[in-house]
Amino acid sequence: MHIGIDVGGTNTDAVLMDDTRTLAAVKHATTPDVTTGIVQAIGDLRAGHHFDGSEITAVMIGTTHFINALVQAKRLAPTAALRLGLPATQALPPLVDWPAELVEAISARSYLAHGGYEFDGRPISPLDPEELRAHAADMRANGIRSVAISSVFSPVNHDLEVEAARIVAEELGPDVAISLSHEIGRIGLLERENATIINAALRELASEIVDGLTAAVRKQGIEAPIFLSQNDGTLMDEEYVRLYPVATFASGPTNSMRGAAMTSGLDTCAVVDIGGTTSDVGLLINGFPRETSNEVKVAGIRTNFRMPDVLSIGIGGGSIVNLETAEVGPESVGYRLMTEALVFGGSTLTATDVAVAAGRADIGDASKVAHLDPEFVERVLSRIADRVAEAVDRMRTSPEPIPVVAVGGGSVLLSDELPLFGSVHRPENFAVANAIGASIAQVGGEIDKVYAIEPGRREAAIAEVRAEAVDKAIAAGASPGSVSIVDFDEIPIPYLPGNATRIRVKAVGDLDMAVVR
Amino acid sequence: MSWKLTAADLSDLARGATLLGTGGGGDPYIGKMLVEQVLGTGSITILDPDDLADDLFVIPTAQMGAPTVMIEKIPAGFEATLALRTLEDHLGRKADATMPIECGGINSMIPLLVAAETGLPVVDGDGMGRAFPELSMETFAVYGVHGSPLALAGERGERVIIDTGDDDRQMEWLARGITIRLGGVGHIAEYAMSGADVKRTAVPRTISMALALGRAIRLAREAHSSPFEAIAETLSTTLYSHVRELFVGKVADVERRTTDGFAKGRAVILPLDPSSDDRFEIAFQNENLIAHHNGDVVAIVPDLICVVDHETAEPITTEGLRYGQRVRVLGISTPAMMRTQAALQAFGPTAFGLTEPFMPVEGETAAAEAALEFAATARGVGVAEEAHA
Repeated sequence: MHIGIDVGGTNTDAVLMDDTRTLAAVKHATTPDVTTGIVQAIGDLRAGHHFDGSEITAVMIGTTHFINALVQAKRLAPTAALRLGLPATQALPPLVDWPAELVEAISARSYLAHGGYEFDGRPISPLDPEELRAHAADMRANGIRSVAISSVFSPVNHDLEVEAARIVAEELGPDVAISLSHEIGRIGLLERENATIINAALRELASEIVDGLTAAVRKQGIEAPIFLSQNDGTLMDEEYVRLYPVATFASGPTNSMRGAAMTSGLDTCAVVDIGGTTSDVGLLINGFPRETSNEVKVAGIRTNFRMPDVLSIGIGGGSIVNLETAEVGPESVGYRLMTEALVFGGSTLTATDVAVAAGRADIGDASKVAHLDPEFVERVLSRIADRVAEAVDRMRTSPEPIPVVAVGGGSVLLSDELPLFGSVHRPENFAVANAIGASIAQVGGEIDKVYAIEPGRREAAIAEVRAEAVDKAIAAGASPGSVSIVDFDEIPIPYLPGNATRIRVKAVGDLDMAVVR
Repeated sequence: MSWKLTAADLSDLARGATLLGTGGGGDPYIGKMLVEQVLGTGSITILDPDDLADDLFVIPTAQMGAPTVMIEKIPAGFEATLALRTLEDHLGRKADATMPIECGGINSMIPLLVAAETGLPVVDGDGMGRAFPELSMETFAVYGVHGSPLALAGERGERVIIDTGDDDRQMEWLARGITIRLGGVGHIAEYAMSGADVKRTAVPRTISMALALGRAIRLAREAHSSPFEAIAETLSTTLYSHVRELFVGKVADVERRTTDGFAKGRAVILPLDPSSDDRFEIAFQNENLIAHHNGDVVAIVPDLICVVDHETAEPITTEGLRYGQRVRVLGISTPAMMRTQAALQAFGPTAFGLTEPFMPVEGETAAAEAALEFAATARGVGVAEEAHA
């Protein structure tokens, strides 16, 4: 048995799972102090389905703590950003595009040093150890407790980042955390560097949270290993979280989508999560969310995190329906649904009222919507179906048919048949889909690099990169036999010789409990 | 009339420049940040070409190479100005102004960076009237101003002068080679010319047009009115006066490959109504080259083929094309000076290996008249004679 917990901004959901079967599920309001909420959730699971602490093989947790800490600019460590690339890159030094209040919140110091590589791996300039030691001394004098090191084209060659980290660590000692950009982001210096600085600023908090979570779980007599969900839905162990807290940023929507897929038994599908105000449409390919290809801004900072690509449209249970046009949303009564909707005695016609009038939902007082013209009700529902179908169609990557899974409290709005896509899948336990998603035990490895591919070497080069990704997944704890490539992307780069090509590969496998323990 | 450009204008300019990049030209984002850093609260003087003194000395500046490298190896910042100073030293004459060689994409920003650093004004015009992949594809060259001598600079302070006389293609070839040795991006100063040459050979007012386009799109969005009408209205008073909606649909297929250092490929766009048999296809080589609707050519280089979001009109580059995007394809006419025989030889269909003849996006007659009119003007005739001399 294992436990999946999703700590969201509003609710903490937990499930007790036996393989893919849900034995117990609970939902709680999130407590300001994480530990209490988790202790409560596990206690309630035990009440729902008794287990001994020793029967639990793993606890998987998804949390929004780290992204919230950044958004609220709270509990961030004094951080230095050190970039290797001189004489290049000085026009835009580290932190150049950060909001002033966040620069202040992390008491940021920015440093430029020699080093870095060209796209083809030639050095821009040699590392200068004396320069780095001088920077480190300045960091110490300014009370820096965490350092982010970035280097030009480190996704092509990361040697200099590693070497610079060694020198800085020598000067600052073991208590100062160091984060390296090649381990965190991909091509795009500013975005990768920003993600690395965020990671560095969260390192102290990561240790606190991991200690807190571990203590909470141990208190329940569970000695099993604890994992946290990453943005892509794969897991990281507690040691990894201490090093790379930033990798948890977008685990919320990812877990919800993966949970929806697992409960419906589909690993390639579109997931429509209909809430009170919006419908969020995402795409799951081989069990993993398709990610955005664009830069993503987090707390006003441009990054290139891998975030699930989610399209939100303004249709939810609280959406206001226009009596004349039968148009739905984007205005919504939001949390006032329980007082404003017709079925609850209010005076606003909402999508929920239409669902009740159509007999699709049994909430509130159905007699309050009996006056609605059945033809009008039908028009509204088919309008919703059309718009959701259009959103799904925008998200899919090929004209191949794809199944659609609907989750979320508002999913009653969606008719059983969608234009273009046919019947809609509605899994059980959809209310705790995110906790179920957290409980899926998979780990991954990913490579994103620029290669100069010699003529006739394309196949061999691709095979090498794929093997590298597989090795990385195994190193992360995947059982070797289970690893497969779930994502592959090859983008030629114009104006460079030797058919320079950017290759991205992601390999994923099942967590090997024996290895982890 | 000359006017002042400030940092507040840069986002609109970047959006307009991406549209004029017609699918290529590189993302102006890094360029915009470079300008912002130096400009701060200052301003840049933009000179109207009509106001230039004939003996004003103008040195255009640009970057060449792979825009993808720029997002990783950000410039030191001084390279473009160093290239300009190097060419000044070589020629023994100080520049009175700089100018873009390309108004589409990132090269809309480089002369502004130089201006912010040096205080030089920038001439409102360029030599491509859009984005093109090679330094020789310039109206400057078509009408008798050659690129050489060209100065090229790198972030280590490297400086190179290339002088290939009248052979602009050889200049491009050599500069490309050095750019690769520099790590994939080089900054250049070339096509030095007089104010009189600018008036004769530059596509005029393309900076103000890019800015006006970007601003019109943003204002229309903010006012919830049609950004497409705003685009058409903005263009109506420029030399790019005809804009046609060539197609509305969704991207159904994108094919990409790299050949000889160029990103070549094609995109298939199908109608939103699945029962329709309509088919739209765009072939690109960094920039969009030719558009077919049900097999018929509806727009072809050098006219602009712009793919934009079907609601927001945000321009979409060939790199950014993805299956499922809802798009509109706009065909925009280019000024008569970009459509003469000599111009078409430099950057028309045959320059890209296309066998289809040039066909103006707004239809034959209007364009033929405009081209004739251009050829008949004193400066047009003067050009033809000079080019032979």
